[in-house]
Amino acid sequence: MIRPKIILVGAIISLFLIFCGVEVMSQEIKIGVAGPMAFIQGQHHWFGAEFAAEEINAKGGILVGGKRLPIKLIKIDTNEIINVPDAASAVERAITRDKVDFIIGGFRTEAVFAMQDVAMDYKKIFIGCGAAHPELCGRVAKDYNKYKYWFRVTPINSMFLAKVDFILLGMVGKFIGMELGIQKPKVAIFAEKAVWADPIVAAAKDNIPKMGMEVVGEWRPSATATDVTAELSAINASGAHIIFTTISGPLGIPYAKKWGELKIPAASVGINVEAQKKGFWEATGGLGNYDMTMNTYARVEITPMTIPFYDKFVAKVGEFPTYNAGTNDAIRILANAIEKAGTLDADKLVTELEKTDFYGAPGRIVFTKDHDVTWGPNFVTATGTQWQDGKLMCVWPVNWEGITYKGAVKYKIPPWVVEKWKKK
Amino acid sequence: MIENILINGLIHGGVYALLAVGFSLIFGVARIVNIAHTAFYMIAAYLIYTFSTRMGLHPLLAILFSIALVTGIGMVVYQLSIKPIQEHEITVLIVTIAVAMVFQEIVLLIYGGHFRGNPSLLTGFIQISGVRVSYQHLLTLIVVFFVLLLTWVILFRTRLGIAIRATAQDREVANLMGMNVNRVAMVTMGIAVMMAAIGGVLVAPLSVVEPYMWLHPLVMVLAIVVLGGLGSIKGSLAGAFILGFTETLVVFLIPLGAFLKGAFSLMIMIVVLLIRPEGLFGVAFEEER
Repeated sequence: MIRPKIILVGAIISLFLIFCGVEVMSQEIKIGVAGPMAFIQGQHHWFGAEFAAEEINAKGGILVGGKRLPIKLIKIDTNEIINVPDAASAVERAITRDKVDFIIGGFRTEAVFAMQDVAMDYKKIFIGCGAAHPELCGRVAKDYNKYKYWFRVTPINSMFLAKVDFILLGMVGKFIGMELGIQKPKVAIFAEKAVWADPIVAAAKDNIPKMGMEVVGEWRPSATATDVTAELSAINASGAHIIFTTISGPLGIPYAKKWGELKIPAASVGINVEAQKKGFWEATGGLGNYDMTMNTYARVEITPMTIPFYDKFVAKVGEFPTYNAGTNDAIRILANAIEKAGTLDADKLVTELEKTDFYGAPGRIVFTKDHDVTWGPNFVTATGTQWQDGKLMCVWPVNWEGITYKGAVKYKIPPWVVEKWKKK
Repeated sequence: MIENILINGLIHGGVYALLAVGFSLIFGVARIVNIAHTAFYMIAAYLIYTFSTRMGLHPLLAILFSIALVTGIGMVVYQLSIKPIQEHEITVLIVTIAVAMVFQEIVLLIYGGHFRGNPSLLTGFIQISGVRVSYQHLLTLIVVFFVLLLTWVILFRTRLGIAIRATAQDREVANLMGMNVNRVAMVTMGIAVMMAAIGGVLVAPLSVVEPYMWLHPLVMVLAIVVLGGLGSIKGSLAGAFILGFTETLVVFLIPLGAFLKGAFSLMIMIVVLLIRPEGLFGVAFEEER
């Protein structure tokens, strides 16, 4: 009876070893891509990550301690646009059930705060590609040991977003002055009523007079408003030469459509997230022509990575990449750090990530001591883009701090604005 | 500024009127509080987007197909999910909420959460007393006027209208007089949904097409019908223009508080209800019944 027992034990040990072997053979790096997957933001998170993972996997994967491990992407549908609390649960589920090694993505600030806490509790590296609030990185400064696993790749934080916003406004103001002879342009502030827009509006009221322009009024429609004809009629009556927009939601479409259709004689500049999308032209029936918005990407040579990534994204997704597609660079940065550290150990990877100096699609990515993406000339600058006859063209930076991106063009004042004010 | 307020108020009020009259009609006739009313409006907007932008159909053809299809869907929904429980008003209300949510989720599944737009049938604008009014807005206003006029003709100048009004006044007596009240209710549902669909195809080029576009108009429609007096067509018309003008006034007089235009409208509704709990035309409506 001893023999069968030995055989049985041997079989169990063999099976165990085989399973262990299989486990080792199939070992992969699981990266959770967190975003609202029913919405464009989540879809761009996913596609950005997918492109990077496909390319890295085609080379055999990420080299960890002499062995190449493929990337496996795990979709984390955070549903954060509809219900913020869903986001934290989704991330926790991905960590505990799907056993993700890293997390990238996130969109709404309030949801990302909650996701960040969960990821930090589990000591998981989380690279943000969507929320702009400075405090997300401020937490790293305040409690480094807890929050050191957080890094932000896109977008630049909202303080710098506001800075770029005013640079773009100043640029349009200069064009109005030079081409129309208006030395003190009148500016109408048009901002959706949302928390993120409040500091920009407050800063605008303070800065615009210092920039040699005059504020003629402030319009704050609801972020979910669907018709702003009355607001635009009022702006028209105010005699504004420029409309300074701060819009992230669907409002951006009816706004631009009515602005173009009614030929409101004021140049539109600022933030209009909808105008960053390829579908904007179709959605406005071409009436959004000449609308100008701040952007993360543009089809210009910010770095040698920008145009290939941009073109690939447009070809495969049929959309222009939004800042959520920063997941593409997040994975590449992570892969570099893993290869340099030779391990998946989060603490060792943090040290490597802090040394990042990477030429990605939005610019040269170097992290600040608070793990935020560095803004400025020769780093990530953001871009100013304007719709010009069906094409979203980069119009800024052009001769800014010595920087002009190859492929950038001159800003155009809408012809009906020229027609209205040139005579006066 | 007065010209601005007048013209913009008329446009706003007109679109609200189209939605509110349909909602009121089906409530008056069949006592159905159809929460899905504005969901039909959303479906119409998506259908016109699909037919005209995606499939490249001529916009007029796309409009006709969209209205016909949505009306058909509305009547099927009535037959399958409302008619069997019609006697239980609260159940109907809950079921129509569920129907609206199902429509929303289906749209989200098919089209995703993208914000879409439809091209205007007519582009450009005219100046009326110095106010720029787009041709599309003008067209909307004219169509709203004709649809409301047609509804009035149907209700007051046709046999069908007599049947609808009779059923609205007293369902049991209408039944005893030989009217097929179920069929009248179904036809009324068809008319109401058709009005919502017309609202959808008219608003689609003016606004954003997205899966949650039915929620804001629903709040406004509910406010309008309560303000005007539940089930009163006259009241709905009055309510729609009162709220349309209120919203416009807020935008022009308090630009900083433009986001409060909805809240102001609802406040007016509350004030009216405190003075006249039955709504503006509620008593007349009760007397009619």
